[in-house]
Amino acid sequence: MKLVIAIIQPHKLEAVKRELEAVDVNLMTVTNVLGQGRQKGVTEIYRGAKEAGGLLNKVRLDIAVNEDYVEPTIQAINKGAHTGSVGDGKIFVVELAECIRISSGERGGLAIG
Amino acid sequence: MDSGNTAWVLTASALVLLMTIPGLAFFYGGLVRRKNVLSIMMQCFVIVCVISLQWMLFGYSLAFGPDFHGIIGKLDWMGLAGVGATPNPDYSGGIPHYAFMIFQAMFAIITPALIIGAYAERVKFSAFLVFTLLWTTFVYDPLAHWVWGVGGWMRTLGALDFAGGIVVHVSSGISALVLALLLGKRIGYNHKPIRPHNLPFTVLGAALLWVGWFGFNAGSALAADGLAANAFVTTHIATAAAGITWALVEWWHNGTPTILGAATGAVAGLVAVTPACGFVNPMNAMFIGMIVAVVCYIAVAIMKGKFGYDDSLDAFGVHGVGGTVGTFATGLFAEKVVNAAGADGLLFGNAHQLYVQSLSLIVTVAFAAIMTFIIFKIVDALIGMRVEENNEVVGLDLTQQSEAAYTVIE
Repeated sequence: MKLVIAIIQPHKLEAVKRELEAVDVNLMTVTNVLGQGRQKGVTEIYRGAKEAGGLLNKVRLDIAVNEDYVEPTIQAINKGAHTGSVGDGKIFVVELAECIRISSGERGGLAIG
Repeated sequence: MDSGNTAWVLTASALVLLMTIPGLAFFYGGLVRRKNVLSIMMQCFVIVCVISLQWMLFGYSLAFGPDFHGIIGKLDWMGLAGVGATPNPDYSGGIPHYAFMIFQAMFAIITPALIIGAYAERVKFSAFLVFTLLWTTFVYDPLAHWVWGVGGWMRTLGALDFAGGIVVHVSSGISALVLALLLGKRIGYNHKPIRPHNLPFTVLGAALLWVGWFGFNAGSALAADGLAANAFVTTHIATAAAGITWALVEWWHNGTPTILGAATGAVAGLVAVTPACGFVNPMNAMFIGMIVAVVCYIAVAIMKGKFGYDDSLDAFGVHGVGGTVGTFATGLFAEKVVNAAGADGLLFGNAHQLYVQSLSLIVTVAFAAIMTFIIFKIVDALIGMRVEENNEVVGLDLTQQSEAAYTVIE
């Protein structure tokens, strides 16, 4: 089991969701996050006071998958979120120790899908 | 000088200002994505500032100054020269000329503000500013003169437009459509609405529009009299009918009634009753509200998707289409029993009125569309109307104004 964490451009969420659904990955958690990478932040001005390097809005997806689905999930996110410019985001894949479905008590691979 | 009339017209002027800020700012602001809400509010706010000055400096004179061949007002009243605290018998028998001027200023402000709905979320602020100034000067001011100016050719022809169905709503609505077509769709727009970021804002805005519209319509009587009361009542009834009709239509068509639907229907009702409110009775105002809700629903929910243009906040679908319905409806339902200074419509035996209304409508549509096209091309060549793709993606709040409406983290 792996946890795939993707940080993407907010406006790419729809496209990424579509690509994920196309490879039968339908369960995910989505949150608004702030971040800065190579794209650098933006400058904000409030009553003349400049704040350089403000963080940019990004969207984070948390997707738990079984081994067979890891690569398709990565490919789907890439396909949906890629534009080729800085700021497209990153994908992290980490080992997942356990997964429990609260409604049924199922554990592991069964609970993920 | 009539103190009662003066009090009402000054109050009505403030009510009409309430329609643009905060009414329209919140109505439109809630409909866009969170990254663009401040751009809408900025545009509404700046229009109030810029057009107020334009109006004082030369706009009012172009619209209402001494007539030049029925086409435009002469510049005799530039800087409000000759406009003062005493009444002008042509426009304001019982009230100060200043009161009439500032009441009309609020109309000149809201008309270009309505167009914001068409280019929302992708227009460059500098280009918006220049476009707005040119559009008000070369489209709104002449139109206001044609329909309302003494000597204006549509007024002479006998076109009925009590509070601005043609001048305000048809002109801004058709210009909105032309702009939406020329500017192209927003990135990611796919024939279905982009989810509004704050519907409570939109409902608040619609409610403020409803309240402010009493100044717009009943104030257009320019007196605290029976005609103002008639306009007040018909405005309210048409709006109520349109709001519930829209909700019922979508209940039947989509399975649920929505508050966005009820609010949009109410605005459509306000638009349609605008030209009619001082010429029709309450029963017919109810019919106008019911008709416009159905027609605008078809325009917004069905037609827009079929044709695929991105009239982002339905400035055309509600104001252009609603204003057209209202202009025709005035030609049908108007009656001299309500307003002796008006005319009878088709249902009261005067088919000619419908012809006059249609002619005024066609000329307005053609004039506004062609002028908008020309102004767009000029501004686009000089400045560029649309922001760069990257700026559109990040959002206009950060890229055009360097500020954000909402913090995610303190």
